[in-house]
Amino acid sequence: MAPEQKKQPHGPFRFRDDPRLLSALMTAPAVIYIALLVGIPFLLAVFISLSDATTGDPSLDYVGISNFRTVIGDPVFRQSLKNTFIFTFASQALVLVMSKILALALMKEFRGKWLVRFLILLPWTAPIALGTIGWLWMFDSIFSPMDWVLRYVGLLGRPGALLGVNSNLYWLGIPGLAMASVTVVHAWRMLPLATVILLAGLTAIPKDILEAAEVDGAGFRQRLFSIIIPLLLPIMSIAVLFGVVFTFTDMTVVYILTRGGPVQSTQVLASWAFFKGIEGGDLAQGAAIALFLFPVLAGVATLMLRLARRTEVN
Amino acid sequence: MAAGRRVREGFAVYPVVTFFALFSAFPFFWMLITMFKRDHDLFSPANNPFLLNEPPTLEHLDLLINQTHFLKYLFNTLYVGAVVVLITLVVAVPAAYSLARWAGRWGETLGIGIFLTYLVPPTLLFIPMSRVISVLKLHESRWSLIVIYPTFTIPFCTWLLMGFFKSIPRDIEEQAQIDGYSRLGAMVKVVLPLSVSGLLTVVVFAFTLTMHEFIYALAFISVSAHKTVSIGVPTELVRGDVFRWGSLMAGALIPSLPVAVLYTFFLDRFIAGFTLGAVKG
Repeated sequence: MAPEQKKQPHGPFRFRDDPRLLSALMTAPAVIYIALLVGIPFLLAVFISLSDATTGDPSLDYVGISNFRTVIGDPVFRQSLKNTFIFTFASQALVLVMSKILALALMKEFRGKWLVRFLILLPWTAPIALGTIGWLWMFDSIFSPMDWVLRYVGLLGRPGALLGVNSNLYWLGIPGLAMASVTVVHAWRMLPLATVILLAGLTAIPKDILEAAEVDGAGFRQRLFSIIIPLLLPIMSIAVLFGVVFTFTDMTVVYILTRGGPVQSTQVLASWAFFKGIEGGDLAQGAAIALFLFPVLAGVATLMLRLARRTEVN
Repeated sequence: MAAGRRVREGFAVYPVVTFFALFSAFPFFWMLITMFKRDHDLFSPANNPFLLNEPPTLEHLDLLINQTHFLKYLFNTLYVGAVVVLITLVVAVPAAYSLARWAGRWGETLGIGIFLTYLVPPTLLFIPMSRVISVLKLHESRWSLIVIYPTFTIPFCTWLLMGFFKSIPRDIEEQAQIDGYSRLGAMVKVVLPLSVSGLLTVVVFAFTLTMHEFIYALAFISVSAHKTVSIGVPTELVRGDVFRWGSLMAGALIPSLPVAVLYTFFLDRFIAGFTLGAVKG
């Protein structure tokens, strides 16, 4: 760390000690970096989506909104759009309920808490691509440990068994089950983040409010629903908004588990844009598909700004 | 404290945390046991899959290390991570400091604006980014990642550092200025040494964020020897339809653990950044 800090004192002493000038000079590199490598690519995405660019012929010839027409007319796109929303909402609903329960449990002191904390955080702290590989092996069509347990308790793989006579469920091979599997992995991944955010919120609730309520005879459930949850609302919405952004725009889970299959039943916008644009070489359509992520992102960003402003006023 | 604990006694804590710990950590346990299992044991559906039914083996680890580019992936990850951390520090530290100290309310707004660019996902930008990369002639190079990754580490780390610098009392700098330091001098000589833990947080997060990244790396690097762990392990240890599960699991678990430990240590700061200051203290 030392070298780049030491560089600064020499040169900049030439500048007058003017905070505005200094401020502009010191902020500029960050702003320029972001403008060049986020702002320009974003505009470029719009141009590409309005062109006929492919990997073979990358020149940007304007073709108007025809890519968007083609994309919307494509049943796979509509399936992907629907799936993206289903995965996002289903997994976030799961996360919301589970993180609430888990955060309340983690408020207590108990032995081995540090270990529990480490284990619970793993899905978020370990690289998602690598964690998902673990799931891929757990969802294996023959050697799935879940199937083994179900067979062991007699729910699967014998005549009259509740889940069928096949010895396996084929977690990633049957459309509905594959969607459920992808949803669970998304929820698994986002649970730690939501939990720690909620935990931060819970810790910040003043103890005397809860104690006063208890003195007034409010039971646990009453305290939960009339005090804890209303006070947590802003921070819960932040947790959900992050969850929405990360799930809505993700393609890692789908790419590793199913590559969109079986028969596109788990395809999402992001993965479909990747398959079309990068693997299929149709840059223009890929860019058009990816741009459909933008309205939701913009909405989430607006909500976050509003939340941030509200908490500032308070 | 005692009252606070009593207030929340609504359910049994151990069953709940045990269930969630199992749910969260099981895939990693599954990796651990798979990497030491003999293939014969692994592929016998009748065997209890949660136990080692035959003596453990190191053959998967041996294959991973000696017959794949795994060590190369680790090196690439460290190399890309280290350079990205440097770029992030050089750009984010001054920006965060000036926004936190000198820019007032306007600085707060610009800070949030910069943070929000962190939410622009790789999946929205990979196609135009591939154009940028080919203009820069960085295709298939690790430098393509080094150039791109700061687009998300800079916003996030600037935001984290802003919060950190704000928590340092202004009096310290004012005193230093009275003692004859310029504003910049006060920052470099007085504030930065006090911010070591904040800077360390930034180093850790910039590094883990780059290590977690999957999509840009997948889109821009297909030469095996240039891959990072995040994409090397999922794409190179599968040959056609043949999954080398033992080595695959070893390759997934080994890089995950250190980064998870590191991350867990610094997590509270990360959350303080994520909650946009909605939670104080």
